[in-house]
Amino acid sequence: MMSAERETMDAGHPILTLERVSKRFGTVQALEEVSLSCQTGEILALVGENGAGKSTMMRLIEGVFPPDSGMIALSGAPIAFKEPREAHLRGIRVIHQEPEIVPYVTVAENIFMGDMPRRAGLLLDWSHLEARTWEVLAAFGMEHDLRPRQLCDQLGPAQRQMIEIMRAVRAGGRLIAFDEPTSSLTDDEARRLFAVIRRLRSDGVSIIYISHRLPEIIEMADRIAILRDGRLVGTVPAREATEESIARLMVGRDLTGLFRRSRRAIGDELLTLDRLTTDHVRDISLSVRRGEVLGIGGLMGAGRSELAKAIVGYDRRRSGAVRMAGSDVPANSPADAIRCGIGFAPEDRKREALLLFRSILDNAALCIPDKVSEFGLFSRRRAFAVVEGLARKMAIKAPSLDEPVSRLSGGNQQKVVLTRWLARQPSLLILDEPTRGIDIGAKSEIYRLIDELATQGMAVILISSEMPELIGLADRVAVMAGGEVTGVLEGDAINERAILALAMPRNNATLDEAV
Amino acid sequence: MNAVGKEAMDRMTQRTARSHLSVALDRLGIHNVSLLLALAVLFIIFGTLRSDVFFSSRNILNIGLAITILGVLAMSQTVVIVAGGLDISVGSMVGLTTVSAAMATQITDSSTAGIVAGLLIGGIAGIVNGFIITYGRVNAVIATLGTMAIFRGIAFILSDGQSISIFNETFRFMGVGTILGLQFPIWVLIASAVLFQVFLAKTIVGRNVYALGGNPVVARFSGIKVNRYRIGIYVMSGLAAGVAGILLAARTGSGQPISGSQGLELEAITAAVLGGCALQGGKGTIAGALLGVAIIGILNNGMILTSVPTFYQLLAKGSLLILAVVIAEYQQNRA
Repeated sequence: MMSAERETMDAGHPILTLERVSKRFGTVQALEEVSLSCQTGEILALVGENGAGKSTMMRLIEGVFPPDSGMIALSGAPIAFKEPREAHLRGIRVIHQEPEIVPYVTVAENIFMGDMPRRAGLLLDWSHLEARTWEVLAAFGMEHDLRPRQLCDQLGPAQRQMIEIMRAVRAGGRLIAFDEPTSSLTDDEARRLFAVIRRLRSDGVSIIYISHRLPEIIEMADRIAILRDGRLVGTVPAREATEESIARLMVGRDLTGLFRRSRRAIGDELLTLDRLTTDHVRDISLSVRRGEVLGIGGLMGAGRSELAKAIVGYDRRRSGAVRMAGSDVPANSPADAIRCGIGFAPEDRKREALLLFRSILDNAALCIPDKVSEFGLFSRRRAFAVVEGLARKMAIKAPSLDEPVSRLSGGNQQKVVLTRWLARQPSLLILDEPTRGIDIGAKSEIYRLIDELATQGMAVILISSEMPELIGLADRVAVMAGGEVTGVLEGDAINERAILALAMPRNNATLDEAV
Repeated sequence: MNAVGKEAMDRMTQRTARSHLSVALDRLGIHNVSLLLALAVLFIIFGTLRSDVFFSSRNILNIGLAITILGVLAMSQTVVIVAGGLDISVGSMVGLTTVSAAMATQITDSSTAGIVAGLLIGGIAGIVNGFIITYGRVNAVIATLGTMAIFRGIAFILSDGQSISIFNETFRFMGVGTILGLQFPIWVLIASAVLFQVFLAKTIVGRNVYALGGNPVVARFSGIKVNRYRIGIYVMSGLAAGVAGILLAARTGSGQPISGSQGLELEAITAAVLGGCALQGGKGTIAGALLGVAIIGILNNGMILTSVPTFYQLLAKGSLLILAVVIAEYQQNRA
């Protein structure tokens, strides 16, 4: 059925054409002689490791900056946008990872922003706006989820994203590009998004789809374009693609043994959670032993990150206890948790882990004040001595340790966060989605590191939405739903079906409470 | 080949020469060469208009003396802004500490009592600000806007609106005495500049202040005790206001609730922002703040020498603050 649908699409005309487009930033050739076209009514997927040039391509198309050389054409006519607004007027829209929605404004106004129906030229025509919003909502099957007069501040990521899509389509979007649209969606929400994207395609809208998730790309796309180091290394019809074949083109080599789990001696109990309860998680009793990797699985919103924040004392503890090697960890602040030997690399690197405009050195040395100071004064020499070797071990790619982390790719940014904790040497390390938005090369390096740390006797808690990670790395997997642990799997019992079964909210009441 | 080689060498030496200069300026924390240019322009304007007195050593020392109080406040304001806060109650705190120091000196006839009273009241005022902002969760601008009125009110109540005269010679020395040819307040400015510079640029606590202002969530996850830092920073601001208040009382020989301290918050914030502080926090240097102070000091001095009416001086000061922010925003957006 799918393939028949795809056959008809091949007859489309190119809406967007890139011809030998190049773009350079300083010493980095971000794009080199890329020629690519997107047909009318086609879903073109764009894949590549971090830094392969996907984002640069999006910004060129949206008119954030011009190409150094080459030509971009829309429906055959060359274009040179000076700013994104001009691209929007011509029907080109990019849906970014963080939806751009005004929070304290209604759904209707967000959808019709910049083009509100008016009365007498001045007043907002509310009844008309409301009626038109209902039409748009109905067309997207969202009439039961959103109301026109609802404020947007309480909406989840999926709904915010949908509003941005509706705004793009309503404003006459002919080419809509999605940048990692499913990275903050649950599986269910992602499926609804796919349905909407397919519908857009059948309405003749062209889609450019960027994602790291290969299975969904193969399922959704008509064609897949693969970028590596700024060059287009291939375009393959999605029906002929397999995950392995795409990954091989992305990386330029075969990927064998992505996961590694050494035989390791699991030691005595290190972390004990005794009925730990905060505003977001309830009654969590778990333990982690030295040398053990405990995976935490569950759907988005199940309370996994909140469990980490409960352990480190970021969220206020309501009741229960956290113990490290038998002694209580005070509930006051992450400073106490760090003192007791707990390290935490949060999920949102840019907002929770990194000082973006400060150097690699400053970021890596943030949690080791004693090792980098002499008489209370910061010693650059000492900091360098500690960080340099670790940065080399982590293979951080940067001109120097003085480089601001904002200029690094996602994978290298994550390596800086990990370097910080390697320097601190906690006895327990909590990693929340350590490979989110990271290319496959850096991923495998992080997997190897996790295995190595556990082998050295560190206890690791690995929170992940990617089943293969949990199955491939964890010794035990605790699954969460609705802010509670619904089960702990061990050994051969760790498989996708078992994790999913535990992750599904048992009834809607618990889900609502969790949200 | 030789010609090409020579040209390339020239280019290289040029580049290294330029980068040496920019590295040296960077070390000092002056990232903004236009600030030095602005200073030069002011020198040329006032130097030309009043060439008779402007460059005299007496006038230069006058400028130095005039900016001591502002200098201390601009540096403490820089620390507050780097930490992601703002303290607009400093002018009122100076008024309050001036009155407190004067009263304590008058009652006990002991300069030590005056100093202790000034610092103590300043510290308490800072604790009040810190608690309101940290535990009351009040926005720093609103909190210190409120305490600005409160502290000024207390200063009026304590002094009953009167000027309190100081006759203690030791206390007066701190305002008018000289050591090694330099007036005492200038030594205080130099000492506090060294202290602030070492604190902000070199100590672990100072570097954590940058982390706190840059991203408080990251700071907290990294084990920095955010609340403690916030309160500490406002206490520091209060103590700096205490130092400024003591200097003001010693110089004028009196404690007055309003004269001499009104509008200091405007000048301190202006100097900090001119010096490169980002109002969203995480960015700013002591050297930059001092450069900002120098600009304001020379502008004030020049306007007096060229007989610009007081009312117009206010106009110039306000415009300078807004101009400084406009330039900072422009540069940020371009970067």
